[in-house]
This record gives sequence, structure tokens and C-alpha cells, in this order.
Amino acid sequence: MPFKLQRREEHSAWMALFSPLIAVALMLATGAVLFASLGIDPVKGLSVYFLEPLQSAWSLQELVVKATPLILIGIGLSICYRANIWNIGAEGQFVAGALAGSYFPIMMVGWDGPFVFPAMIAAGMAGGALFALIPAALKIRFGANEILTSLLLVYVAQFFLDWLVRGPWRDPEGFNFPESRLFPSDAVTPLIIEGGRMHIGFPIALIIALLAAFYLTRTIHGFQIQVIGESPRAARFAGFSQSKMIIFAFAVSGALAGLAGILEVAGPIGQLRPVISPGYGFTAIIVAFLGRLNPIGIVIAGFVLALSYLGGEAAQVTLGISDKIARVFQGLLLFYVLACDTFIVYTFRRVGVVREAS
Amino acid sequence: MNRIAKILAGVIALSALTLAGPALAASHGKTKVGFIYVGPIGDHGWSYQHNQGRLAIEEAFGDKVETTYVENVSEGPDAERAIERLAREGFDMIFTTSFGFMNPTVKVAAKFPDIHFEHATGYKRADNVSTYSSRFYEGRYIIGQIAAKVSETGTAGYIASFPIPEVVRGINAFMLGAQSVDPDFKLKVVWVNTWFDPGKEADAAKALIDQGVDIITQHTDSPAPLQVAAERGIKGFGQASDMIRFAPEAQLTSIVDVWDAYYVSRVQAVMDGTWESTDTWGGLDADMVEMAAYTNLPDDVAAEAAVTQESIHSGAFHPFTGPIYKQDGSLLVGEGEIVDDGTLLGMNFYVKGVDGDLPQ
Repeated sequence: MPFKLQRREEHSAWMALFSPLIAVALMLATGAVLFASLGIDPVKGLSVYFLEPLQSAWSLQELVVKATPLILIGIGLSICYRANIWNIGAEGQFVAGALAGSYFPIMMVGWDGPFVFPAMIAAGMAGGALFALIPAALKIRFGANEILTSLLLVYVAQFFLDWLVRGPWRDPEGFNFPESRLFPSDAVTPLIIEGGRMHIGFPIALIIALLAAFYLTRTIHGFQIQVIGESPRAARFAGFSQSKMIIFAFAVSGALAGLAGILEVAGPIGQLRPVISPGYGFTAIIVAFLGRLNPIGIVIAGFVLALSYLGGEAAQVTLGISDKIARVFQGLLLFYVLACDTFIVYTFRRVGVVREAS
Repeated sequence: MNRIAKILAGVIALSALTLAGPALAASHGKTKVGFIYVGPIGDHGWSYQHNQGRLAIEEAFGDKVETTYVENVSEGPDAERAIERLAREGFDMIFTTSFGFMNPTVKVAAKFPDIHFEHATGYKRADNVSTYSSRFYEGRYIIGQIAAKVSETGTAGYIASFPIPEVVRGINAFMLGAQSVDPDFKLKVVWVNTWFDPGKEADAAKALIDQGVDIITQHTDSPAPLQVAAERGIKGFGQASDMIRFAPEAQLTSIVDVWDAYYVSRVQAVMDGTWESTDTWGGLDADMVEMAAYTNLPDDVAAEAAVTQESIHSGAFHPFTGPIYKQDGSLLVGEGEIVDDGTLLGMNFYVKGVDGDLPQ
């Protein structure tokens, strides 16, 4: 290889700040070429994709609806990843939280009043946290790799949901179709604006982002996370417990994924179905890294990803392009962001072709 | 930096200007028809056939209509947004073509009373929501008969998607057709829990063939099972569309969903102002179900299949005519009686002779 990536001696703070903007500019340029090659006016194509969703109150609300679960899950995951703990199973914890919280509206028919929804939220967070503690316990007790165990538990949660909505939790008046009954009005996530879909999950997510930012930068416990993640040996000398941190990180990220899950089924969906997430738990991994594991960055990243979904849909309807093209745009965006980030820390160095006499 | 910011601001302002133009100039006079598909239009099965119906609308009305679609819409929180997007774009008529879109369709319809909604395979209707489906089970009875005549091992394999009434009804109709030829016919069912996953569908087909079935049929949307059948030198049936080009030596026939006539008539009704909320459940008689050419079959078997098809088409015969026993041995309907539509629509039990338990 004539080129090689080499770590920069020092990296510029200026570039760190603007690398996402450069990435967006590169993506727009590539996108323009792509649209032109499809015979679509590039300016029109790009504006349908990235500006149209921002221009009506309805689609702004929808943007928030789509971003909310991504932000909630992403913040929880960022705490794990900062501590070098790899929870890949947020999708399963999302489902577990949704199931735990849905117990009340589905199995306790007739219970209504102001306590139903808070009970569902509490159960949802507890359900997500408990489900996340399984890989935590396996890691602490047996040293099992949490990437594998948390990922595989996703399928366990999904099939359990599938079984419940086809069996014991099936709507008795639903002609045997696999759906639960619709949640009664006291069990529905309160809306912010009547008639829309934006619900109180969004302000909750913003508050959690602020709390997380404060916790990570201003508390000793938050500092411990950083130390354990970056230098486990130093953390041990300082007397920080790795096991406690594993339990804490999994519990928090599980609880937030569970919260996202119950808010979603009680809000935009309004019932349990065999599939309740279009992969939020996995997309949130991208969101967490795109936001540089920083809670405020994750809020922004959540919106960027949500915009790419909505824009993809708008482009299908308005420009008549296939959803494959829409996915190409998401891929381009992530590719450029990651590439630009890489060049903050690394540089290309030309190396001579060395023929080693071995 | 300032220069970059200025350029970016310029790009954004420019795009905002060009956007406002076309969006405001919404076409008047044209009837706008939108479709929501659960799969990709390239599945060559369910969504493909609905898209054929969309193309038939364009064909029939030319520049009097404008159509569009959103494909691969997941049956979760995204569905409502996709449907509402079409509603807000000023579409006069929206077809949502999967069962999982039922509640989102009804929700959006309540907000847009002037738009006509058509939901496939559901049961919830409103003043501006019609439902439609087709009696695929009529075709299943015919292919069951063919399977029993062609099979040497007396066992067929059935790749099923989800244990919902529509799929269970298909399995039962297939079995009743097979039993009309061979009362001891065996049927092995594999549930793959997906409508479209060529890899999973192919694996299921291989597992079934390894268990000794020599006929494969499916209630999933890709041609993969049929292709596996062709590779292994056995026979099978296409699903939803004519899949003969994927397995010219193996496909015996295919149950083809034909939405063209229904779609064209509904769009016509909107144009004439005569559209009403209806519930349509048509089969061979309504030309909503068609059988692909009977191929790779002995002449007498093909001829008998055509006779059965004709008698169902003319209404002389109903596939669910008694005596029919449930799997547990209890009598469903007696000699000469016909299972009513209500029971068919909520069918959650196997008929006698099907192997295994129905996932509950």
C-alpha cells in the first residue's frame, strides 16, 4: 500500500467542530450527482429530501416523533459505550419495556384513572432495565461477551412479543388477527398538540439529555465512567468497581430503551403488534456515535437520522424514486461523517513501496 | 469559514425557492391515487401485484390520473406517517395494501373525511374507508387437488407466513382439495413468520424436501421456494403472481391476485362521484383470483383442474362444503352445508388431517 493512515500529532479543535458540516456538504454534492444521473433536477431533489420535511408543522411534529425514541435510546447507549461496555441489545430492551408497560392496559381491563399511565411508564423502565441486567449478570458472573448475549436477547424479546400478541394478549374482538386491543384513553401517551402525534416523550427526552450531560461532566460518578472506559487499569487502582459500573450502565440504558418502548406503543402505535419497532434499537447505535457519545450531540444526531427517514419518504412520493435511493442517502451521510471524523485524528501519509527481502 | 457558511446559506435559500414552486402548483383536475406497500415492488408476489394494479389504473385513465406509491412501509409507527403524508399531499384516494395498516388507515381517515381510503384484508370500515380482499382459498383448493394427483409420496410441504385466519383458511382449503382426491394425504406446515424473506423461505423449502415432501406450496411472497423445488427436481406452485419464469420446469400453476379490475372500478367511482364505503370479498367469479396456465402436468390432471376451477367460478361448488371435520375430530359442518363467511374470516383451527399444532 502506497498510503497509510497515521495518527496526527495534534488535532485541531476547529476541524472537530466543522467536520460534520463538511460531511453534510460532501453528501449534498454526491447527492446532487446522484440525482442528476437519475434525471432529476439536483436542486429540487435535495430540497425535497432535506428541506421539505422542515417546512410544515405536521412534518416537523413527525420529525420529533421519529427522533424521540432514537434520542432516548442513544443517550442510554452512550453511557454504556463511554464505559467501554457494549450493549448492542437496546432493540430487545425497547420491546421488553413495551411489554412490561402494556401489561396494565391489556390485562387489567377496566382499571382507569390518572395512575394508569405513570404505572405503565414505571413498569416499562423497570422491564427494560431488568432485561438489560441479564447480559450484565452473565458478563460479571461468567465473563460472557455482552455483545453476543445482549444481541441474541433481542430475538428472545421479539419472539416473546410475537407469541403474546398471537396468544394470551390477542384482542378478543380482533377476528384472531395478531394484535392486542387498542389502549384505552387513560393508557395513551399524552399529546403535546391535539390532532398531531407529538407526545410528551420529546420533552422527557430533552430533560434526560440535559441530566445526562450534567451527570457525565459534573459528577464524580460520571467521571468514573470516563476513567473506566479509557483506562480500566487506572480505574482499578483508583478503587472504582468494574462490576458496579457494568450493572449501572446496563440498567440505565435498559431503562431508557424500555421508556422509549412504552412511550412508543402507548403513543404513535396505541396497541401491541407483532412488530413495534422499525429497528430503533439498532439505529440508536448509529445515533449514539454520530452524536459523539455526547447527550446534546445525540439530540442533534437523532434529528439528522429522523430527517433522513422522512426525506426518503418524501422523495419516494414527490420524486417517484425507490426507497433504495433513500437508503443510499442515509448510507452516504454516515459514511462521510465517519470519514471526516477519521481525518480529524488521522492523516494520510504516503509511504514508499517497500520491497522487503525476506 | 464565513465563506462556507455563506455558500451553505445560499444553497439552502435557493432550494427553498425552487421547492415552493412545484409544491404550490398541485395539479387540478387529475385524480390523484396513492398506494402504500408493505414490501418492495420487486418482491414478484404480493406488493408486485398491487403495483400491477396501480399500473392498470394509469393504463385505463391515462393523463386523467396521477399515481404514486411508498414501498417497504413497516407495519409499525411509520405506517401512519406514510399514509398521512399522502393525505396531506392532496391525494384523492389512498390504497393501503397490508393488514397491518388497518388501524393507521382508520386513524388517518378520521382526520381527512374527504379522501377515499381502501384497505386490503382488514375488517374495520368507516364512511370513507372501504375494505377489500380476495378469496385466495378458492385457488388453494384447486392446487390441493392437483398436489394430491401429482405427488408420489402423498405428502406436500406448505410454507406459511403468519397464523392469521387468511393463511389458516388457505391451508385448510388446500387440505380439503387434496383430501377430495386422496383421503390419507399428508401435509407438513412450516411457519416462517415473515411475508418476504427469500433466504428463510428457501431454507424452509429445503427442510421440507429433506423430510420427504415432493410438492411445495407457499403463502409467502418470494419465488425462492419454487426455485428450490426446481433445483431439487420436484414440483411446486407460484404465489400471488405467475412465477413461471422463475421455475419453468417446476411450476404447476399459480394463484394470481388480480387487483386491476377492482382498482380501476374504484377509481372510476371516485371520478364519477359514486364512491361508497364497501366491503368486497371477491374470488374467481369476480376475476380477483386467477389461475396461471396449468403446466408440467399430465393432460387429464390439467383438464380436471380446469373443471374444478370452472365449477367454483360458476358458483356451482364451494371449497368449504361439508362434511368437514376439525383437526380434533369435531364436526364443523355436515353433509352439503357450506361454512359461512364469518367462520371463514376468523378461522383459527385446522381441518382434520393437517399435521401438527396451529401456533396459538
